[in-house]
Amino acid sequence: MLKCEQFKTYQDKICGKLDNCEHYQKFKVYRDKVLALGNDSLEKTIAIAVALCLVCAVLVSFSAVALKPLQVHNKELDMKKNILDVAGLLQEDSNIDAEFAERIEAKIVDLETGDYVEDMNVAEYDQRKAAKDPDLSVAIPKDKDIAHIRVKAKLAKVFLVKEGGAIKSIILPINGYGLWSTLYGFLSVDPDGQTVQSINFYDQAETPGLGGEVVNPNWRALWKGKKVYPETGTDMSEPALSLIKGVVDNTKAGSQYQVDGLAGATLTSTGVSNLVKYWMSKEGFASYLAKVRTVKGV
Amino acid sequence: MSEILNDETKKVLTTPLVNDNPITLQVLGICSALAVTSQMSTSLIMALALTLVTAFSSAAISSIRNHIPSSIRIIVQMTIIASLVIVVDQILKAFAYEISKQLSVFVGLIITNCIVMGRAEAYAMKNPPLESFMDGIGNGLGYSLILIIVAFFRETLGSGKLLGFEIFPLTKDGGWYDPNGLMLLPPSAFFIIGLIIWSVRQWKPEQTEKADFKILSISHGEGGHH
Repeated sequence: MLKCEQFKTYQDKICGKLDNCEHYQKFKVYRDKVLALGNDSLEKTIAIAVALCLVCAVLVSFSAVALKPLQVHNKELDMKKNILDVAGLLQEDSNIDAEFAERIEAKIVDLETGDYVEDMNVAEYDQRKAAKDPDLSVAIPKDKDIAHIRVKAKLAKVFLVKEGGAIKSIILPINGYGLWSTLYGFLSVDPDGQTVQSINFYDQAETPGLGGEVVNPNWRALWKGKKVYPETGTDMSEPALSLIKGVVDNTKAGSQYQVDGLAGATLTSTGVSNLVKYWMSKEGFASYLAKVRTVKGV
Repeated sequence: MSEILNDETKKVLTTPLVNDNPITLQVLGICSALAVTSQMSTSLIMALALTLVTAFSSAAISSIRNHIPSSIRIIVQMTIIASLVIVVDQILKAFAYEISKQLSVFVGLIITNCIVMGRAEAYAMKNPPLESFMDGIGNGLGYSLILIIVAFFRETLGSGKLLGFEIFPLTKDGGWYDPNGLMLLPPSAFFIIGLIIWSVRQWKPEQTEKADFKILSISHGEGGHH
């Protein structure tokens, strides 16, 4: 009851102030005049439309602004969850923030040279934002742009899982165009820069049930143990890994470079194939992985 | 309860459940009923979102119904509905991120869900706010009821689970149940909704529409001038 009374006194105070306000009185007179008009008069139509738009705009922007911090936090948490997932560290009851802080180390890599960039704030660098910034990105020549992304950030943010000082897995950000959307995801490889551990996509809008099956755990499990580069060649910058039509015959030679395509989603499969090829080539992480191989445990 | 709810509010709350169900009788909102019902959790959230949007949009439209210029009537309704849907979408993104990712475009598509517009046009434009609010809740509940029934069959038969808990152990995990993959695809909802409509009309034959045309029987040879 106390609250009710408090509310009433507040209400009275506000109403009293409003009643004393000259502008409000003018507004009231004008409002009553407009409301008294015929519903189909031009003035009233415009007045109602403007008033409605104002009220709705305030409602929408208030909710968008007020809920923004929570949404940003959710997105970050989701990203961390995806990184833990692709590293094979995600357990159902794990505390994502703590686990991520403990097990994952983020590093920034210069794609051109393959070296780590040390003098930067790793936590604040956002590769997706950087790709849109002309100062931080480069345009990809048309003949090399097999992933259809047009621009890439000069610096990439990779994640390392270490165990006892040695690298256990390297998690590389990848993206490329499928059928409807740009797919964003991660590919994790062994420290040999060659054997795939896992792949996942955290942002995509492919057809649900067909291309959208890129998130299906059963299909993702097929990637484990696949090899990125041809083992016979000495030049480890031309990836051989690709998606094929149908099911991979594991008894045949070369099956270690092949993953089942998605049934009914040829264009998404081609897109995934191309984006993996692109990011594992010299345009992407090939120089970086070459350095990781020579300097074990960077 | 009877003091708070008068006969009209009671009627608008209960008739949409079976007698005037938006899905089985009015056959509205089928699109989202096919899309989101492969899991119970998404169906529940969708049902809740749609119920709230219908209720609040009906109440808002009804409270200004006497001042809505008829020339921009539909636009006014759409603006109110769209704003509410955006707010719901923002709330889901903030408090139920996983589910909002799964529902993806279908939350936004509540804007075009015929139930919301249908109730605004058919009921809220002619009735006071409280009754309109209840009418929105009632129709939302009618929609929810069908969604829950459909999701129940699709999730249990399609993945052997309910709300993520195992009901039938699957053969691939060493159990006995071989899941029916069709149940996870949207067409299965067509079959289930069809069966629901059929059973409701068996139970309440007065819901069956009269045929638009009667096929004349030749032996009488007198038709055409009724």
